[in-house]
Amino acid sequence: MEGLLEHPGYDGEKLRRVSEQLPCREVQAGMLLSLMGEPQQYCYPSLFIYGHRASGKSHVVNVLMKELELPHVTVSCVECVSSALLFEQVLLSFFGCDAASLLPRSPSLSDFVRIYKQRTSEFPSKQTRYIVMEQAELLRDASVNLLPALLRLQELVEDNVSVILLSEIVWDKFRPNTGCFEPLLLHFPDYSKAELLQILSAGRNSSYSAEFYSSYINILLGVFYTVCRDLRELQHLAALNFSKFCEPVAEGKVKETETHKLWKNIEPHLKKAMQTVYLREVSSLQWEQMDEHETGALRGLSAHTHVELPYYSKFLLIAAYLASYNPARTDKRFFVKHHGKIKKTNFLKKNEKTSNHLLGPKPFPLDRLLAIFYSVVDSRVAPTASIFSQISSLVTLQLLTLVSHDDQLDSPKYKCAVSLDFISAISRTVNFDIVKYLYDFL
Amino acid sequence: MSKRKAKDAHLPIGECISQVHQILRKRFCHQQLPVKPEGVEAQHKHLAELLKRTVVHGESNSVLIVGPRGAGKTMLLRSVLRELSQETEVQKNLLQVHLNGLLQTDDRIALKEITRQLQLENVVGDKVFGSFAENLTFLLDALKKGDRSSSRPVLFVLDEFDLFAQHKNQTLLYNLFDVSQSAQAPVAVVGLTCRLDVLELLEKRVKSRFSHRQMYLLSKLTFPQYLERIRDQLSLPDDFPDGKFAQEWNAAVTVNFSELFNVLLLQKKETYSFQMMCLSRVSVARPSITPTDLLDASRFCLADANANMLHGLSILELCLIIAMKHLNDVYEGEPFNLQMVHNEFKKFLQRKSNSMYNFEQPIIMKAFEHLQQLELIRPADGASAKTQREFQLMRLMLDHSQIMEALQKYPQCPTDVKQWATSAFA
Repeated sequence: MEGLLEHPGYDGEKLRRVSEQLPCREVQAGMLLSLMGEPQQYCYPSLFIYGHRASGKSHVVNVLMKELELPHVTVSCVECVSSALLFEQVLLSFFGCDAASLLPRSPSLSDFVRIYKQRTSEFPSKQTRYIVMEQAELLRDASVNLLPALLRLQELVEDNVSVILLSEIVWDKFRPNTGCFEPLLLHFPDYSKAELLQILSAGRNSSYSAEFYSSYINILLGVFYTVCRDLRELQHLAALNFSKFCEPVAEGKVKETETHKLWKNIEPHLKKAMQTVYLREVSSLQWEQMDEHETGALRGLSAHTHVELPYYSKFLLIAAYLASYNPARTDKRFFVKHHGKIKKTNFLKKNEKTSNHLLGPKPFPLDRLLAIFYSVVDSRVAPTASIFSQISSLVTLQLLTLVSHDDQLDSPKYKCAVSLDFISAISRTVNFDIVKYLYDFL
Repeated sequence: MSKRKAKDAHLPIGECISQVHQILRKRFCHQQLPVKPEGVEAQHKHLAELLKRTVVHGESNSVLIVGPRGAGKTMLLRSVLRELSQETEVQKNLLQVHLNGLLQTDDRIALKEITRQLQLENVVGDKVFGSFAENLTFLLDALKKGDRSSSRPVLFVLDEFDLFAQHKNQTLLYNLFDVSQSAQAPVAVVGLTCRLDVLELLEKRVKSRFSHRQMYLLSKLTFPQYLERIRDQLSLPDDFPDGKFAQEWNAAVTVNFSELFNVLLLQKKETYSFQMMCLSRVSVARPSITPTDLLDASRFCLADANANMLHGLSILELCLIIAMKHLNDVYEGEPFNLQMVHNEFKKFLQRKSNSMYNFEQPIIMKAFEHLQQLELIRPADGASAKTQREFQLMRLMLDHSQIMEALQKYPQCPTDVKQWATSAFA
């Protein structure tokens, strides 16, 4: 594989600039360049580049196109909800707005190819033209003929054009039923830990030394590498947490080289970041403004689901949880005062798979909910409308889900949509031991 | 004389390599017609005769060329047309209309395209026709020669013929075959398709008007012939400007190919990508194709994409995949949800004393969703809004062997994870 700097047909100075902007991706860029060949030669009609998120696919292709000044158009398939938008963008970039205006109201692929052919016979291309399509997996959901036609566009329009598809998903999931022209597949491998270190260290600000920053990146990778190897996420986290890392040094308490103390300072902070910023529970603005002395004051998005419920609503929710996660035949044993003898062998669960906590909540009818509710609430409660309206408000809060059809008014069915932690917290507030009543924890 | 020519025409190495790229790229990427199509001589003769009969004798014909993708159907047709157009009578008289099932998705669009390609837009003008048949007869009438005795022969080429069979009522096909059966005008209808069962797609009335003439392009090459074909395509033609260079190149290709008889069998279209990969390695610094190039190119073409993607997953995601594999083994392929996977993972963590992977549910959920975005797992029965995300049933889209192979190549995989993968109770 030749080095990036020695390709005939392209200016050496431009290639040098390209390789500066593409650290750790020289091999892939070199391969792409050698496939593209000299500008006036033909390139393979379609290329398919696949790889993980943030593995540099768009970056490499865009840098190559811009620096080497190749005629190209970059289309994001997320924007092109209809194929008319795609056709317009391509014609606009290659032939100018008068060609794009020739497209009729809702253009078909036939119109696009016809206009393209017309234009290209008037202005034949001296160089290969490139159509770069990002997030190409969305092309599968567009009309069925679009993807096969794009793959053989060079043949259909009789021009030196090449289509480059970029995607996260492998090619096997794209192939249409009756087959199509197979593109050349190129894989962009993920960055190794050393490469991530190299790229992240390049983003330092100059007020601190390079070793200091790379020790920071090492600590960051040590916490996050097992969970996430996405370059964009790591860059974001590195930028957010660096000021906290530098705090002891800036205050003069710790010297730059005392990595152990710095580690002790930053590690709990990073662990907390994993629970909040990484999961997008809090925005990065909130994170930066957080005062470290207020422990636990950082409210994430999921904290908003912990609403304060009225007394009976809590018991209704507890009853709903018990109804969802206990099988109906066990109700007698839990909720009736004198249940008599119950054979243990039928009662105990057969194997772990049937544990309801793994399978999810089961639907239950309204009557069962009320029966359990009356047995669980210690005081006597009358079945008034206020109880029933509390059930409806639980559904609106999405703590219960209505499972039956809207037309069935006489016997609605519900499911409980809360987790065990949530319901344990609620039952603790009313002094109710829910674990004693759950079949799975017998 | 040839010696003198070879001595005179000696180009610098950069120029040679550039010429090599130019020629071979035209062959692989642009699919330039070879001088003589190989292996399809009988079909070539048959088709040429058929089309000649239409043009010269005014006989209407229809034929379907059937063959798998990359068999050379379009190439066959184009070389027949190239041969025919060298005769003056054909050049003067024959009109060609090329339609493609991918582009003309509707009969209305197809009719507009036919009008355009026959250059009869002015003649049609603003007329409104009652039916498709009227329109088509009008077009064909307009092609009659001055003395109204005979009409010019028209060749209709229908690429991706099976897609035309999916139009409403198959009107285009019906009318074209109808014209070819009745004595209205000499037309030849040539359909190209990759489906072997194409006749079953046609309606009864369409099928009866078709002449049932089919040409099959099924490859009957033996393995040595196949290797020779690939080798020939990588060789330079005789009229290369620098004769000595061409000879050296061809000799190198022959020698290297004969050494590599374990080059794996590739599909026809994949041979072009294989040859492109070999060609892309040729440069001024390395002016010929070496055996390592061939091996690298074949390894590249046959790489497993799923294994490549598994290589880039984080360790947590890999552990989740191993947990899913164990669930599949125990419950024989039944769908699972996040809770079950997390439970399985927790069982593994309980056996190991280190708490390095003891993550909370939301982080496991994020890793799980990443796997879903990569389409390594898919919802078992379509996403439904009524079930909570952690209880939605999914299926794993990977094979047992793919996972084990990927684990071998995974960089710095912890040994306890590897041991867990081999046995659920390690």
